[in-house]
Amino acid sequence: MADQNSSYHLTPEEQQRRRRRSIALGLTLGILCILLFAITIAKLGPQVLNRPL
Amino acid sequence: MNTLSNSLTETQAESRAKAGLSQGDVSDFFALLKPRVMFLVVFTALVGMVVSHPDVNPILAFVSLLMIAVGGGASGCLNMWWDADIDAVMTRTRKRPIPAGKIQPNEALAFGLTLSAGSVLILGLASNWLAAGLLAFTIFFYVVIYSMWLKRSTPQNIVIGGAAGALPPVVAQAAVTGHVAWDSVILFAIIFMWTPPHFWALALVKSGDYERAGIPMMPNVAGPDSTRFQILAYTVLLAPLGMAPVFFGFGGLAYALISLVGGLGMLALAIQVYRLRQGEPAMRVAQQLFAFSILYLFLLFATLLAEHGFGFFHPVLG
Repeated sequence: MADQNSSYHLTPEEQQRRRRRSIALGLTLGILCILLFAITIAKLGPQVLNRPL
Repeated sequence: MNTLSNSLTETQAESRAKAGLSQGDVSDFFALLKPRVMFLVVFTALVGMVVSHPDVNPILAFVSLLMIAVGGGASGCLNMWWDADIDAVMTRTRKRPIPAGKIQPNEALAFGLTLSAGSVLILGLASNWLAAGLLAFTIFFYVVIYSMWLKRSTPQNIVIGGAAGALPPVVAQAAVTGHVAWDSVILFAIIFMWTPPHFWALALVKSGDYERAGIPMMPNVAGPDSTRFQILAYTVLLAPLGMAPVFFGFGGLAYALISLVGGLGMLALAIQVYRLRQGEPAMRVAQQLFAFSILYLFLLFATLLAEHGFGFFHPVLG
């Protein structure tokens, strides 16, 4: 993707917007992980971690 | 000169978008979710949960509410993707991210579809598949039935399409109880009946906008006088329906008083809208009805929330 866009030079404003989008995406993915973990614990209880491997 | 530089900037933005470089900021993506509508969805869904007095894990209830909000936002996003052409010609909507050129239509489509699928899936995992199915149906109804079909083809668009906006309390109740009961159906009916007077009051004021965009809103098709009569007819049905929670036992004393006074207020304004048909006073009273209808619905649901969520419930009957 970076190579494909190498002919373009991002303006500082565009770089800032891309950075903000990246941070928002990262936070969203982090929240998603926490939500899925919380759902698992809430639905199955802490015993979900206590099983034979 | 200014116009020339603007057009150059637009061309640059277009070429960069074609190269896969998004131009949107986080706030633009957030605006695609129609935050104000999303707030209304969360609020009515929360009331749908609270009146059910569910015995449910609060984390699961919170996740369910969050996913209903995300699903509502996703349908708003897909609506903006589909309606970008008409949004561009209406003064009320021309600054939305797609017509303003901040976000490309394909970005909005991908964003909306991802959030739709994600919200339905996680709601199903967190609560049950009845709730997830209802949320999927709500998104489908709003995007396909309302936005793609009814909105541009019939003046009954917002009457039938209003069902999508009325479903969140039903989805919420299904999420926390696993079934749909009368109380959420009554909340659905109240929002459903509230929608025509609310939107037609706005359409009376903004009829020029809708006409320019080619949307067959009631004032443009049946005329302002017929619209005024229909606003009054729906309000006559809405005012007693607003009191139905009292008779079904989940609206207490405070709700009875507020729904009575609010219903009379709605009726008084609808009669004024019906009587005043010319000039500035007619526009002003239509605007007042539009604004008051928001307050009315908010007060009804806020009172139910206070009664069931904070222990202010004092039964009127029995």
